[in-house]
Amino acid sequence: MIKELENFKGFSAKKLPLADPLASGHRACQGCGEVLALKLAMKAIGMNSIVVSATGCMEIITSTFPQTAWNVPWLHVAFENAAAVASGTEAALKVLMRKGKIPQKHIDIVAIGGDGATADIGLQSLSGAMERGHDFVYICLDNEAYMNTGVQRSSSTPYGAMTTTSPPGKKSFGQATKKKNVPAIAVAHNIPYVATASPAYFLDLMNKAKKAALVKGPAYLHIYSSCPTGWRHGGDLAIEISKLAVETNVFPLYEVIEGKYIINRKITKPKPVAEYLKKQGRFRHLTDDLIAQIQRQVDEEYDKLLKLAGETA
Amino acid sequence: MAKRIGMEVSIAASEAVKLADVDLIAAYPITPQTHIVEHLSEVVADGELDAAFVPVESEHSAMSCCIGSSAAGARTFTATSSQGLALMHEILFIAPAMRLPIVMVVANRALSGPISIWNDHSDIMAEQDIAWIQTFAENGQEVFDLVLHAFRVAEDSKVLLPVIVNLDGFTLSHVIEPIEILDKAEVDKYLPPYKPKVRLDPRKPVSMGLVGIPEIYTEAKKATNEALINSKRVVLKAWKEFGDLFGRYYNPVESYKTEGAEVILITMGSISETAMTAIDKMREKGMQVGLVRFRLWKPFPAPEFKKAIAGAQTLAVVDRALSPGGACGPVAEEIKAALYAERGRPKVYNFIAGLGGRDVTVENFEEIVSKAFTYAKKRPKQLYEMIGVREI
Repeated sequence: MIKELENFKGFSAKKLPLADPLASGHRACQGCGEVLALKLAMKAIGMNSIVVSATGCMEIITSTFPQTAWNVPWLHVAFENAAAVASGTEAALKVLMRKGKIPQKHIDIVAIGGDGATADIGLQSLSGAMERGHDFVYICLDNEAYMNTGVQRSSSTPYGAMTTTSPPGKKSFGQATKKKNVPAIAVAHNIPYVATASPAYFLDLMNKAKKAALVKGPAYLHIYSSCPTGWRHGGDLAIEISKLAVETNVFPLYEVIEGKYIINRKITKPKPVAEYLKKQGRFRHLTDDLIAQIQRQVDEEYDKLLKLAGETA
Repeated sequence: MAKRIGMEVSIAASEAVKLADVDLIAAYPITPQTHIVEHLSEVVADGELDAAFVPVESEHSAMSCCIGSSAAGARTFTATSSQGLALMHEILFIAPAMRLPIVMVVANRALSGPISIWNDHSDIMAEQDIAWIQTFAENGQEVFDLVLHAFRVAEDSKVLLPVIVNLDGFTLSHVIEPIEILDKAEVDKYLPPYKPKVRLDPRKPVSMGLVGIPEIYTEAKKATNEALINSKRVVLKAWKEFGDLFGRYYNPVESYKTEGAEVILITMGSISETAMTAIDKMREKGMQVGLVRFRLWKPFPAPEFKKAIAGAQTLAVVDRALSPGGACGPVAEEIKAALYAERGRPKVYNFIAGLGGRDVTVENFEEIVSKAFTYAKKRPKQLYEMIGVREI
């Protein structure tokens, strides 16, 4: 067990922090699951933090000059470099404290990026920062496509999903490749803490965000972030769909603490994946065969995860 | 007390960085910059300098790391060359827009392709519009002095802009020269500690790098540009004070034997020393030639330049970068633009020389000057001319 986590009791629904690093009054779409996830994560991490944001939905909607939705120091530089920028901030604060130029006090450095910024263009800078061991939290807000530029496929877009650059057609059924497993890539860096989270399980999400901040060294948090606009679902369905993703094993909730996999919510009787897919317009074109294929993929992936956690179905 | 010692110029650059007591160095290896960060990694490893040495995974991340560090309020340094500078390109614009006083040494080197590790100015001339203050060093002493000057200017509260010190890769960076190295107490007299007014601090939250909607983007660009133009006053003041303290006075442009010169050579960087030898030789022959070289490149020192070339009928501008498909090389382009509105402006002829490590010799300069004299009488057919090309 990591020493820093020993005394952490976890949040309870009755005793949530009152302060919000990310204020309301941002410009996210109605029903955005991503901003909800980010708000919860930041509430858990708290006000003594510095946020570095990659270009993406969360940057655009919170920082239109002359307004800002951030109550904590916040820095945006470009699309692919949040982890590299955070490296600089983290290393600089450490040396400034050591030299007595600023007061000695732990500050949580949080880098955030969407799935494009994390799984694609920013993977190198994320890998570099994790390898160098900077003490920071990287949060990937995964809405499974480039939503900020109008729903183009990323390497995190799930198999079969329709996006504007993976459209179904006479010779296409949508995204033809499987979703890249970024948490596994993070685990391969031998960092102390990796976890997946979902806004539908908000206490679990907040606990994981806090744990990620508490551990020394790099922590990676992969958060499921539903997007009504890109996924073509109702603005009232973010939580319902987020919940279904977990209940169908499409997005299992787990932690990897010092390399050890722990499944936080083991689904013994998973709902059929079709139930999840049919709620979203992006999967509307799928045939029964394809749905069956996706079901097989989900089952296989979940089996792999069970094995990693040393569990059986 | 300052000591005059034989030292490789790259090491002198890093000694200046050490004496500036930087807080963070982002480092990625690229030839011919490597000796600079290698030496800095040693002084950090030996405890001679208390700084974070961040060995990033690319130059793109080096500049990103520097921005994160400078935003946190740390004195920040990096160095690069060629492809590395090109890889930073995207992020280079962002540092001045955020008014972050990062200092970077660029050991100038040709850009691919074909791949070349040798010196010319094509890397930095592709970065004309990044809004960094830029100086060019002629020799090792200047490199040492200009690095200290860079921190002093960058961090001045009236400036707050990043600064690049350019030095020619290999032909200057790897040469051992006698260099007067100031001691810490002397540097401290010149360079006060960096005290940022705004930095990332949870006790006083600020948002940096916000979205610039069309209603604000133009104004933001104007503000950065004005800051860059106005930085010249501080650049000059910092050189004056450096001279008053240490006896070495620097100017934005330097003139050599320009009195009565009909043709003036215009150069930048270390080839200027060869050019001076050529001038001496030609003057002995009775030719009325002189030399003007830029030390400050951005902001472009137009008044100082115009004063330096006053009276000359012809300018022979030597560019160490090609502007493919263009009307002339980048330095000639800037000079022509600056002189266009002047009454009685001199004729400007442009020569491209020394690409990808090709030597620029005394003979080359004699050829350039001789051509300039000819063209002054008989207009050339081409817009510019490449010197030293081996025709098969």
